[in-house]
Amino acid sequence: MTAFRKFWIALVFSGLSVFAFAQHGESHHPQQQTEHPAAATPDEHATDHSDTTAHGGHDCGHSLSEEGEFNAGENAVHHIADANAIHILGNTYLHLPCILYAPGHGWTLTTTSAFHPHHHGNGENSKEGYVLVHGNIMRLTNTALMHGEFQVSDYTHQEIEEKGKKKIRYNAIINGNCEPLDAKTTYDGGIMGGGITSFYDFSVTRNVFTMLLTALVLFLLFRSAAKSAVRTQGHAPKGLQNFLEPLVTFIRDEVAKPNIGPKYEKYLPYLLSAFFFILGLNLIGQVPFFPGSANVTGNISVTIVLALLTFIISTFSANKHFWEHTLWMPGVPAVLKIFILTPIEVLGIFLKPFTLLLRLFANITAGHIVILSFVSLIFIFGKAGESFGGSMAGAAASIPLTLFMMTLELLVAFLQAFIFTMLSAVYIGTAIEEPHHH
Amino acid sequence: MYSAIGAGLAVIGAGLGIGQIGGKAMEGIARQPEAVGDIRSNMILTAALVEGAALVCMVLSFFVAPPAA
Repeated sequence: MTAFRKFWIALVFSGLSVFAFAQHGESHHPQQQTEHPAAATPDEHATDHSDTTAHGGHDCGHSLSEEGEFNAGENAVHHIADANAIHILGNTYLHLPCILYAPGHGWTLTTTSAFHPHHHGNGENSKEGYVLVHGNIMRLTNTALMHGEFQVSDYTHQEIEEKGKKKIRYNAIINGNCEPLDAKTTYDGGIMGGGITSFYDFSVTRNVFTMLLTALVLFLLFRSAAKSAVRTQGHAPKGLQNFLEPLVTFIRDEVAKPNIGPKYEKYLPYLLSAFFFILGLNLIGQVPFFPGSANVTGNISVTIVLALLTFIISTFSANKHFWEHTLWMPGVPAVLKIFILTPIEVLGIFLKPFTLLLRLFANITAGHIVILSFVSLIFIFGKAGESFGGSMAGAAASIPLTLFMMTLELLVAFLQAFIFTMLSAVYIGTAIEEPHHH
Repeated sequence: MYSAIGAGLAVIGAGLGIGQIGGKAMEGIARQPEAVGDIRSNMILTAALVEGAALVCMVLSFFVAPPAA
């Protein structure tokens, strides 16, 4: 049993660490391009500024340090996206290690403190060709700037058209020149607006840090509970064990046993790890300030790995009976099998983990976006700090609504962890079900 | 804009489905209160499956939608 448990935990974390770097800032999402063209911005000052940043006749886009008009959607997406540095308060950051690789340039090991991030997570200088924009690492495309440090006076973003697709490109202004930036490589084949670019980011990001923190907290909690379980064997449970043991027995008796059947013990370690890991991440994501504030289970790369583990386990433990009923079910005309049933069943094998990952991702992301939108009410009513009365009215509306959503999210945190575990158990159960004797 | 309409339509279907599930589960519990545990876990499972279909529709509607729209 213990060997199995260690194996699953190692599998979960190795999987997560491999995939975590494939995350990318949601700001590159094609649907999130809600940038206003300069002409449509009512703020005359912002228009003037973007004109002055246009160097040598070509447009360099809009400055990032310019506050401009408040956009609730962009703001929400920025706050749920992953980042390379953890923003604590004001200009204080928790600096995280950066492990970057660019083909032809080699590895760059540094921390985010090397970029001197200030307001909005924008770095003051470049290092070895990398810069920090909105807390995310990007790379300069100009090969003359690949070595050493350069002062970056400002960052801009602009909408460009590339291969018939509209994209947002970020630029850094170095020595008064507009230098285009490359975003991180993502393995989504450009579906979400990313794709293979000039560098790979293997860094410990905000999400990875929170995952490690959650794993550590869970380890300490369960070690103490397990110790007291051994000590109080035969007696009434004590302390922390009182809290954790009902949850463990709930997963065992209500989730694993009825859905998997007599062989449930083999899969119990995975189900328990998945349940407590997802629950821990959901709960820590609810905390709006420092140790929390990372939206881990609302990041599709993380849920992809979790669903992939369920997929691998259920597919590889599937027996002959399962494959027979999936690919060539008995008692059905061959024409029906070839053209309808088998394709549907094969599609179903992949749809099951797909809905599993989407459900967790969509529920958590939706909750966070709703909370952030309610918080944004303060800025919308207050016209981004211009109207004090408006801000107060916004706060009066926003605080009860946010509290309500937070309570609902607490329920969702438990429910989604439970549903993920439950459906994993159901998928494993259908895969290893023994044939009924007719 | 069209993607939002698509997402809304998907939610109508899921809302009807989950409403049916919840309503029938309530009826079942009222008729047979001792089966509340079984009914509840099956209700959550079925609701999750209905929700899965709706989520697939929503994600498709956001991805297939023309950019800039």
